Amino acid sequence: MTTTQQTPTGAAPAAAEARSRRGTALAHRLFVVRELGILAALAVLIGVTLIANPRFLSGQNLRDLMLSAAILVVLAAGQTMVIITRNVDLSVGSILGLSAYATGTLLVDRPGTPVLVALLAGTAVGAVCGLVNGAVVAVAKVPSLVVTLGMLYAIRGLDSLWASSSDRLQVNAADLPSGFKSFGGARVLGVPVLFLIAVAVVLVIGWYLRSYRSGRELYGIGSAPEAARLSGIPVGRRVLMAFVVNGALAGLAGVLYAARFQTLDTTAGTGLELNVVAAAVVGGVAIAGGTGSAWGAALGALLLTTIGTALPQLGLNPFWRDAAVGALIIAAIVLDRTLTLRLAARLRGRNLRGS
Amino acid sequence: MTSFLTARRLLTGTAIAALVVTTAACGGTTRGEEETAADAGAGASANPDADIPSGLAIAFLPKQLNNPYFAVADAGGERAVQEIDGEFSEVGPTEASASSQVSYINTLTQQGADVIVTSANDPNAICSALDQARAGGANVVTFDSDTSPECRDLFINQATPQGIAEAQIDLMSEQIGGSGQVAILSATANATNQNAWIELMKSYAAEAHPGLEIVTTVYGDDEDEKSFQETQGLLQTYPDLKGIISPTTVGISAAARYLSGSEYKGRVALTGLGTPNQMREFVKDGTVTAFALWNPEDLGYLAAYAGAALAAGQITGAEGETFEAGELGEYTVGADGEVVLGDPTVFNADNIDDFDF
Repeated sequence: MTTTQQTPTGAAPAAAEARSRRGTALAHRLFVVRELGILAALAVLIGVTLIANPRFLSGQNLRDLMLSAAILVVLAAGQTMVIITRNVDLSVGSILGLSAYATGTLLVDRPGTPVLVALLAGTAVGAVCGLVNGAVVAVAKVPSLVVTLGMLYAIRGLDSLWASSSDRLQVNAADLPSGFKSFGGARVLGVPVLFLIAVAVVLVIGWYLRSYRSGRELYGIGSAPEAARLSGIPVGRRVLMAFVVNGALAGLAGVLYAARFQTLDTTAGTGLELNVVAAAVVGGVAIAGGTGSAWGAALGALLLTTIGTALPQLGLNPFWRDAAVGALIIAAIVLDRTLTLRLAARLRGRNLRGS
Repeated sequence: MTSFLTARRLLTGTAIAALVVTTAACGGTTRGEEETAADAGAGASANPDADIPSGLAIAFLPKQLNNPYFAVADAGGERAVQEIDGEFSEVGPTEASASSQVSYINTLTQQGADVIVTSANDPNAICSALDQARAGGANVVTFDSDTSPECRDLFINQATPQGIAEAQIDLMSEQIGGSGQVAILSATANATNQNAWIELMKSYAAEAHPGLEIVTTVYGDDEDEKSFQETQGLLQTYPDLKGIISPTTVGISAAARYLSGSEYKGRVALTGLGTPNQMREFVKDGTVTAFALWNPEDLGYLAAYAGAALAAGQITGAEGETFEAGELGEYTVGADGEVVLGDPTVFNADNIDDFDF
């Protein structure tokens, strides 16, 4: 539909191109700075915990950490795609709950269902929810905050209705087929499979956002929606796609939740959406859109999970966890703002010299 | 005296007749009916021989709808209400927050419910709404979680705190051979019932099983992920830990799932309060030997009968009064309007399949 995109822009001056390349390099360095910051925080946290408890890096503990992080990592990677377009999806906790319950029901009714089919079914449930979110946001042009807030309640309500009318309020470990339960604890070379799935999701989303034209266009939409529209980017379609992918990933996370917790009722994933947004923001994904990466968000999720795991082992009062997460969010926003201002100042400087 | 009694009986009879007529005529409940029911129920003194009128509107308001535990309790209540030929209804919030029950109580008051059976999310948040309901003629029975005693007529306690604490300490002591480090995984840090049990567990352990060393209490906030992480933290922090007691259904099932998939399975004992359906898997795979809980169905059943006895005027909630609770037999009202269901049931591999809740 948008064939005009391919039209060459004419004779672009070589100087301008070089300048924009330098600008890109600078922006790229900022990504690296952000991500290194989280990595440093993670290293400090692990270091301190390790001094207090030398067994923190034992095999069992690391595996538990990876298992705990897997679900949040998948959700954070999906949320990144949406936030980059200057939108937000608050319905992911409810989508996860619906998908987990749907998967549980499927597995109880048909115990022979292969794990792969369960994964696909949960993902499909999530994609449908994401499609509704995306369609309302992109077509009806309603702010995503309101749409997904509405969907948060609507999907949870649907989940409750389904559970109460089907007379199965809770799916328990004893009801689930053993094949699926062993998938929850399965390992490859000592690494939990759930974590490997999460890593694969992050790699694919990160690579797509970085290297694909449509992926880059998401950043353009988030930086300046009007400019993106005028330059021929199909804004509606791209935003719709971001919501569908995010919904599908929330659905996938629902299956992972089912495999990990094995107790499924209608409260599964309640309140998770704010953790996801927090993970993305701590990971350097600016809530105003246009910046951030899936790897950053994944590191943010890993950092939040490590805090949750480390504080009890440091013997600290669990209430510190919330305080620590809050402090991290504020630190991430301050860092982001400072870096943005410096970037803007430097780019302005170059422009003056260049012209 | 006799003439007074007969006059009262006559009055009760008229009230019941009026109630039956209005119910039959309107097919619903009205304000007028509720006042007559109140006259019959909240009389100055109890009449143990009063019959339970048919058509009593008994409403169950659990902490949260779709919560499996309360679904079972409410089912028990519904069975009791059917036995006494009343009208059962169940309403409630989908979220167990402190204030979420208030609007439901207000609605029930307006509809003129005869009995409100509720489990409070917060001991004080629903007090003024319950006071209004009682002023409007409803009898208020709490079960599972009490409000402040002045806001309700009766509290149906699932078990005495002492009984719950002793059962869990005895089970743990038996499973770890009488001595070793034990930790407690609780729900939230400010849950009244949890904290009361934990205090009693500590004092009972100190006097009856001095070999048990309770090293710490951690809080999983009744969330799966957090309970997982706290369990993990316990095992990391206390390498010599022999057992974990979790007096909350979410906590014990999360801890069981954690243990069953870890290297600690079979090495660290786990007991506490859990539901048979959630724990079945882990009793069968050997992670858990035995745990305890009261039967929530009996709890709801007893609460419904207690409410009906109040509405009928058999009891007023004063200490020492007795009433019949269908197949469960006779119960006596204790101090502060409390009725205790009985000792908790212990579940193990032998009997777990007899229960479905």
